[in-house]
Amino acid sequence: MKTLKYIFALLILSIAFGSCSEDNDETPMDPNPVEGLNKIYEFPSADHSVEIYSEKTALEVGYNEVSIRIKDMASNKYVTNAEATWMPMMHMETMEHSAPHSMLSNAEESSVYKGYIVFQMPGNDTEYWDVTLNYNMNGQAMTETHQISVQQPADNLNKVQVFMGSDDSRYVLAYVNPTKPQVAINDFQTVLYKMENMMTFRVVENYKITVDPRMPGMGNHSSPNNQDLTYNSATKMYNGNLSLTMTGYWKINLKLLNANGDVLKGEDVTESNPESSLYFELEF
Amino acid sequence: MKAFISVFPSRGILMGCLWCTLFCGIFASQIYAQETPVDSLKLIHLNEVIVISAGKQLDHQKQRKPLSTLDEFLESSRSINMVKRGAYAWEPTMNDMASQRLAVTIDGMQIFGACTDKMDPITSYVDVSNLSEAEIGSGQQGAAFGNTIGGGINLKLDKSNFKPTGWSGSLESAFESNNKMRVFGGELNYSDEKFYLNTDGIYRKADNYYAGGDKEVKFSQFEKYNFSINSGYKLSEDKSISATLIYDEANDVGYPALTMDVSLARAVIGSVSFNQDTLLGHFSNWESKVYYNNIKHTMDDTKRPDVPIHMVMPGWSETAGFYSQANFIKEKNHFLFKLDGFYNKSLAEMTMYPADSNEPLMFMLTWPDVRTKDVGFYGEDHIALEKASLKLSSRLAYHSNTVADDFGLNSLKIFYPEMDKTNTRFLKSFSAQYHKMLNDFHFNAGLSYGERAPSVSEGYGFYLFNSFDNHDYIGDPNLNTESSAEANASVTFKKPLFEITAEANYFHIFNYIIGVVDPTLSTMTIGADGVKIYTNLDYAQLFNASLSGRYSISNALKLSGTVSYHRGVDNEGENLPLISPLSYRSALDFYKNQYSASLSVEGAGEQINYNSAYGETKTAAYATLSASFGKRFFINENDLFLKAGIENILDTNYSSYTDWNNIPRMGRNLYLTISYSFN
Repeated sequence: MKTLKYIFALLILSIAFGSCSEDNDETPMDPNPVEGLNKIYEFPSADHSVEIYSEKTALEVGYNEVSIRIKDMASNKYVTNAEATWMPMMHMETMEHSAPHSMLSNAEESSVYKGYIVFQMPGNDTEYWDVTLNYNMNGQAMTETHQISVQQPADNLNKVQVFMGSDDSRYVLAYVNPTKPQVAINDFQTVLYKMENMMTFRVVENYKITVDPRMPGMGNHSSPNNQDLTYNSATKMYNGNLSLTMTGYWKINLKLLNANGDVLKGEDVTESNPESSLYFELEF
Repeated sequence: MKAFISVFPSRGILMGCLWCTLFCGIFASQIYAQETPVDSLKLIHLNEVIVISAGKQLDHQKQRKPLSTLDEFLESSRSINMVKRGAYAWEPTMNDMASQRLAVTIDGMQIFGACTDKMDPITSYVDVSNLSEAEIGSGQQGAAFGNTIGGGINLKLDKSNFKPTGWSGSLESAFESNNKMRVFGGELNYSDEKFYLNTDGIYRKADNYYAGGDKEVKFSQFEKYNFSINSGYKLSEDKSISATLIYDEANDVGYPALTMDVSLARAVIGSVSFNQDTLLGHFSNWESKVYYNNIKHTMDDTKRPDVPIHMVMPGWSETAGFYSQANFIKEKNHFLFKLDGFYNKSLAEMTMYPADSNEPLMFMLTWPDVRTKDVGFYGEDHIALEKASLKLSSRLAYHSNTVADDFGLNSLKIFYPEMDKTNTRFLKSFSAQYHKMLNDFHFNAGLSYGERAPSVSEGYGFYLFNSFDNHDYIGDPNLNTESSAEANASVTFKKPLFEITAEANYFHIFNYIIGVVDPTLSTMTIGADGVKIYTNLDYAQLFNASLSGRYSISNALKLSGTVSYHRGVDNEGENLPLISPLSYRSALDFYKNQYSASLSVEGAGEQINYNSAYGETKTAAYATLSASFGKRFFINENDLFLKAGIENILDTNYSSYTDWNNIPRMGRNLYLTISYSFN
């Protein structure tokens, strides 16, 4: 009987404790706006600090989503009215060029400036990337240039293509999604830019990219119900469907068609032509 | 009926005759009304019973080849043919329909193979040592065992059933020369009026076999062992409980007709049942059983040279189920009611190892963890009429399939983006079977309708490679229920010295499920010719007819023979695959003073009606000759039985229509079996 009492007491205590902790949970906490992202750079200045985040652990060749926060050291708060813009630049031995990139926007989260850059090539000992940031800090316009390191992805898979189309224009096509491919019909997303000059890349609208995923290791096995990539004016990207019937190494053969349906780059996959010159690679 | 006649003009006439006999039989019954003979019940009850039991049954020594594999026993049935992919695990077919259209049970238990390539029909998970007999019901006569189109096979386990025999046992061994198969088996039983315990075990090991002309068939070896225990205890005079456990494992099973072998095929089968002589005063023979079985099957090609890509394909099948049945007799009506249900989980996966080892493994779910629920009610009424009987039966079942694995569901959604996770059906079966005795004639005729749900492979298979037609197969979760309208008739003329039976059946199958090539799809298997999707054809027609006879030349010498004809066409008049050509079998059996001998011939005509779209080639006619000799000795009330035989005496090199990829069958084979039983 005595032990029963103890058990009761313990039970009541645990309920009380349980409800206490529940109360604690209810206190609202600011959700971390950069939850799950890796801080890959922090550039401190006298009165503020620029933090650069990515889903990856480093900037890589291809499509990179980047989040930037600017911390005001005085108030220890993140700036929400910086009106930040950016410009990536590759410094080669003989020339300089930029990279396709989006505008920075803090529409989603006022203290986080989000955008993406498509790096066409990695940096090395003599050639390097930097990014110039323009922003307002306490009403004062700031310009900062920071050198960044861009690496070839560890899996060495091709997820960006820079090519000359049959219309003698230079294009950059980069793989965006799926970042985690599944054995399923995946939402397939890419960005397509035309290189106007060394410094200017323009989003190409209303072209079409055909999709033909293949497994070279399986006799060039393909999958059904793929959907060609078409332009979505809301996201300014190309959306389609990518069916993957199993895990493994896939080569996504592509063909770029302009608005008139002329093939600008890429070939059909046939018995005699096992792959297109325009492709991405996937492993999962 | 119109379509039927247009396809088989000559057969139409034959069917017409059979129909005439049926109706004559019905009307005649009113005129010649006499006493009902006792045996009329049995004839109609099941089409066929094959006795398998070793040791105890006296019939045992009359078997031409004791300790042969269960597959060989089943093949000796006139209604069963076996599809062979090698020396082991043959797949039974009945009325030219394979396992997805049959209900195959072990002691009433539903068991489903775990191999996506049908390399493990459930008959491969028991051995002759476990069984007493196989009950075979053609068409809807097999519906007592489950939803079926082609028929049902129930393998009954061998049990002492409270017979006061005390201790008994036997030791058996056999050797076959062709593939050096060694068989060792034994059993030990105790039984009295309150308690029984049966145990048995068997081990078989075989090397590659040699086809006629001494040609080795590589990768045809196998090794298997099987243990079983079953026991019963009488709780009171009219109540008893019993339990059964079977463990069966095969290793290193070669499949010469396939590109893969089986490293493991393992089954654990268990059940507990409760029996009571009466229920609620009116019912009798109340039997209830709960059961569970678990099957693991692993295919791999690690021992095969020159494969384009190495792969492993494990599969799992788990089933839990129950049934409860009782008889009810009211005047001339003999009812059987049965409530049954099962829950099955089928999962299979494939992992391929890329030639470039830096690439990730290629993985897919070939059976996406399909959960099948089935609850059915079966009722039959066996009405004894004067010199005739009528059997009415029906099965109504609720059947549902659910894809439980999201990976698998997403895989299938590549093909069927709108598919539902769950698919539910209501399955119906009705049958009427009439039997009439008229002097020395027995007439049997029946009409029935049955339905079945698509099998796991047909509904949910994902790139299942079929080496018979060299295509990858994809299931379709939106398949319609397949249904069959069936008519059968037989006439037997029976005299003490001889007996002759002519029988025929016809199946008109609606929504017939078969793989149809989709030329837009790309193959997965390297070297495959294309991809087929399981599809409902509008209909297909199957016709089977046989003529069999038995003649007693003397008390000791008996002659028997069977000729059978089969035909199957689809809705466009194209031949269906795996339909037997004209086949025949005849035997002369001698039995006197504990000596037995037999001489038998078995063969088939040329396969004229084949379909190359299903990978078939015209199989040539063949005939094989076999003989056996046996002697039984009594040693201090114990029994020693020796039997030797020779199969395919002329060492014919042949293959039958059921042999995948025309792999030749076994050449000349000598066998010797010794069995010693003590009481």
